[in-house]
Amino acid sequence: MWRSPDPKREYDVVIIGGGGHGLGAAYFLAKEHGITNVAVLEKGWLGGGNTGRNTMTVRSNFLREDSVPFHEMSLDLYHQLSRDLNYNLMVSQRGMITFIQSSAANRIALQMANTMHIYGAEYRMLTLDEVKQRIPIFDPSPDMRLPVRGGVYQPRASMVRHDAVAWGFARAADARGVDIIQNCEVTGIQQEKGAVTGVETTRGLIKAKKIGMAVAGHGSVVASMVGQRLPITTQPLQAWVSEPVKPVLNEIIVIRSYYGTYLMQSDKGEIVVGQGCDPYPSYAQRGTFPIIEDATTSMLEVFPSFGRLKLLRHWAGMLDIPYDGSPIISKTNTRGFYIDVAGSGGFKTTPAAANTFAHLIAKDTPHPLAEKLGLERFSSGRLIQEGGVSANR
Amino acid sequence: MLEIPCPWCGPRNESEFVCAGEADRKRPPDPEAETEEAWADYLFNSTNPKGVVREWWWHVSGCTHWFQIDRDTVTHEITPVEEFSK
Repeated sequence: MWRSPDPKREYDVVIIGGGGHGLGAAYFLAKEHGITNVAVLEKGWLGGGNTGRNTMTVRSNFLREDSVPFHEMSLDLYHQLSRDLNYNLMVSQRGMITFIQSSAANRIALQMANTMHIYGAEYRMLTLDEVKQRIPIFDPSPDMRLPVRGGVYQPRASMVRHDAVAWGFARAADARGVDIIQNCEVTGIQQEKGAVTGVETTRGLIKAKKIGMAVAGHGSVVASMVGQRLPITTQPLQAWVSEPVKPVLNEIIVIRSYYGTYLMQSDKGEIVVGQGCDPYPSYAQRGTFPIIEDATTSMLEVFPSFGRLKLLRHWAGMLDIPYDGSPIISKTNTRGFYIDVAGSGGFKTTPAAANTFAHLIAKDTPHPLAEKLGLERFSSGRLIQEGGVSANR
Repeated sequence: MLEIPCPWCGPRNESEFVCAGEADRKRPPDPEAETEEAWADYLFNSTNPKGVVREWWWHVSGCTHWFQIDRDTVTHEITPVEEFSK
């Protein structure tokens, strides 16, 4: 699939982090900017971080004008990447239905729909009958604590095979000359006169003119190597899956949207369940029980028959959650040190973040779609407060 | 499930508490005198360490006491910081 070269003494660009974002950035640097003297350094194995710990969902139902086109770009890229990379990302465009269970949810859904329509993203309201028609297994009880009044539907939301994203980007980047170096942990960053000059790694010193950080779940740790403080906290986002069953759910379902309990059926037949992230910072890569209990309870209220399923696996991915819930793709106070902090749920942003991050690294100016995603939004007060994320603070 | 040592109620389940963030955050005495970057640093930035962090916790569904603990963000080991104020 790709070579495993020894690190060279020097690169034009070193990307820290061999997940979807880092590998994607290397791919776009080579493909769109002709910069091929690039290394991707990964402390473990490719895609073994949070690229392998998400729930494979990609969507663009967001609240703010700055968020929607960025996430639309991600959907566009996801839907064409299998062809560009000549690698099957197993994109399954099954749509997402968010249940409306309160008047507040209804108001937010309408507001999101209006914003999204401006940018050509379809988001439409469904009556309760339409919801029942689309989801035959949904049989609402009149005694439900939060009765389902209807739904809101994004037809273009999809599931994408997460490992394939890392592998597809890796293979295509490698073919264009990018060195992918696994088991190589960055332990320090060298600077001279306020600019980066290289990285210290477990495989020796590697010089670099520019460094891009794409380390979901470790942003503060790596950025502290250049003394950069970030407006993020690292929190676990849990998910768990049942044993595989025959097809019963087509769409991705979001219930009790304020808490963001979501469930879907994977291609393998497992029912995948998750909710918002754990309510305190943690790097532990495991979750806390109240979230599992809460999300399972709200799922069973809407789908009582799932009470018969047996739990098969459970895991937690680490999110670097920016203060306002939106991605950070930015320069820093250290020249030549660029950061890509995925935001609350980085899998869905992978191709757009990778593409705009590569643009920022190559040209030293932000991509038009990521102009407002820089760190300076925190001192200027132009936050992009997102309610449409699964892990709002 | 974390067991949070409330100085008033003793060890209780995490679901009774709110984690209220890092305790070393100090409000600048004169916000108007700060640069925008320094003020934003106070408002938004975190140390977010991988390891021990001193935090405020609020026993919102219990005695409503605010108190600090030292918590390891990798092992989840917790060390109480303060006794209940005398």
